[in-house]
Amino acid sequence: MSLRVDHAGVLALLVDRGRRGYQHVGVSVGGPMDEHAYLWANRLLGNKQSATQIEITYGLFRCQFEEDTHIALTGANLQATLNDKPIRSWQTYAVTAGDVLAFKTPHAGLRSYLAVKGGFQVEPHLGSTTTLMRDHIGGLRQDGQALSKTDLIPFNRYAVKHRGQALPEAFIPDYTAKVELGVMLSYQFNQFDMSVIKRFFTSEYTISQHIDRMGYRLSGHAIHYEGQPLISEGISYGAIQISGDGQPIILMCDRQTIGGYPKVGCVTALDMNKLSQRGSGDTVMFRPIKAQTARNDMRAFERFFMT
Amino acid sequence: MEHEQKKDITAPPFGCFPEPIYQSLSESSLIIYFGDQINECVVNRVQQARQLIEQCCHHLLLDVIPSYTSIHLTYDVLQTEYDWFQPQLARLLNDAFIDEPCTTPIRIKTQGVLASDEVTLEAPLVVEVPIYYGEEVAFDLPAVAAHSGLSEEEVIKVHSEMEYTVYTIGFSPGFAFLGNIDERIAMPRMQTPRTHVPAGSLGIANRQTAVYPVAVPGGWRIIGRTPMNLVDYSLPELSPFQVGGKVRFKPIDKAAFLSLGGQLDKVGSHS
Repeated sequence: MSLRVDHAGVLALLVDRGRRGYQHVGVSVGGPMDEHAYLWANRLLGNKQSATQIEITYGLFRCQFEEDTHIALTGANLQATLNDKPIRSWQTYAVTAGDVLAFKTPHAGLRSYLAVKGGFQVEPHLGSTTTLMRDHIGGLRQDGQALSKTDLIPFNRYAVKHRGQALPEAFIPDYTAKVELGVMLSYQFNQFDMSVIKRFFTSEYTISQHIDRMGYRLSGHAIHYEGQPLISEGISYGAIQISGDGQPIILMCDRQTIGGYPKVGCVTALDMNKLSQRGSGDTVMFRPIKAQTARNDMRAFERFFMT
Repeated sequence: MEHEQKKDITAPPFGCFPEPIYQSLSESSLIIYFGDQINECVVNRVQQARQLIEQCCHHLLLDVIPSYTSIHLTYDVLQTEYDWFQPQLARLLNDAFIDEPCTTPIRIKTQGVLASDEVTLEAPLVVEVPIYYGEEVAFDLPAVAAHSGLSEEEVIKVHSEMEYTVYTIGFSPGFAFLGNIDERIAMPRMQTPRTHVPAGSLGIANRQTAVYPVAVPGGWRIIGRTPMNLVDYSLPELSPFQVGGKVRFKPIDKAAFLSLGGQLDKVGSHS
């Protein structure tokens, strides 16, 4: 049985942990913009960590369950309701056939994750169900399309008695808090003037209107690159690319695999999750972080969700 | 990153560093630079190193991006970490290169403690791509001819006589950047890209050439079209191309183009 989409809203995508092993032919990784929220939704339900979910960006999404199951909702507060009653994020609910889940607009954060017990049952494409719109890969019909009205997304019935699982309040991130992004200095950072780098770490940047799953364009103090012209090279998740006008663009999960702009380093994976819940007009600051510290943090995060 | 020059060894090929340079990029990624020039010597090292790395380190890796002068690796942080992995890579790649592209597979003993103690270097892949250079599909052939001062026939001859090297694949899935085309027919990109370039279109941008695997907006000068499917999601490798591999273009006539499934759809106009 299925979940039926009645309103697709702004953007609703099927995602798993991303598509690995195809970057050498130019296929982006994709996956959830906020892995932290995504992984918690699967964990709360006892799903496999890579089970397929729906990433709901900005809200205005409405769907109906055609079968009983348990669901988890994590990430942004998009003012969700279950049969018109408000429900909270970061916990599980039992739903029965005919129940309607709806989202309004963001109250805090930008992206919400909807998981069902066992995950949505979607055919993988190149080893992953993640939707990559630009390249027409993955998703419900393996054509890269976002979810749309009348789509039926299969899942398996689950009618076991519900024992609610919720994330303790202390662990729930506050997406309205000011965010400081940890940066591992790398790539061309030593070809920038030191005073320029200093300004970068002491200035506030505003998230511009130009944000999507490929990149977040910021605006603030321009950082000019006067090093050598670059030969196109592989781009890491979180890379901070400096465009021609000196404004940074942070490269997100749908980024292209290669690029020829200079980069000052990479935002840590854990802070990328926080950034993905911020939107146009929010401000961010950067702070340098030791590579070893960032690696330890990421390994602890991965270990936690592996068990 | 300064590197001491070793004076007692033979100089590396043009544009190659004496030893690869390693850099940690993020928690789970690193890059290896093999040189600082776009040329065949450097991309040959990239092609060889990629094979060594994939055969020995596949169990540690999530993704590999070879590109012109470098290889970008994404590794599994639960399987390895930079401080262990980087010296292993250095041991693996140290003195492993063969300066000419190999023509037959070569077995190489590795000194690493990675997955394999012997690896095979395969010769670069050579792909022949049939191209119809006819006027219905070669929208910019007259402009390229005018720019070069050659006739259209001469442009086709110059373009199709060369063997090209794949320098990187990206931009869109299966889009292979090939070089270098003869200086005489080089031409910059269009100022305003087309909103729609049909799949299979063969383009020129400066001294690079490429075939668009799928229809996308693009600004390369279009001088022909292939009936060949250059990105097939049902194939394990998706693309017939491989970074460091070779490509030859074979001119075909319209009848052959159509019989191979070629389409004559039009280009999108400027928006």
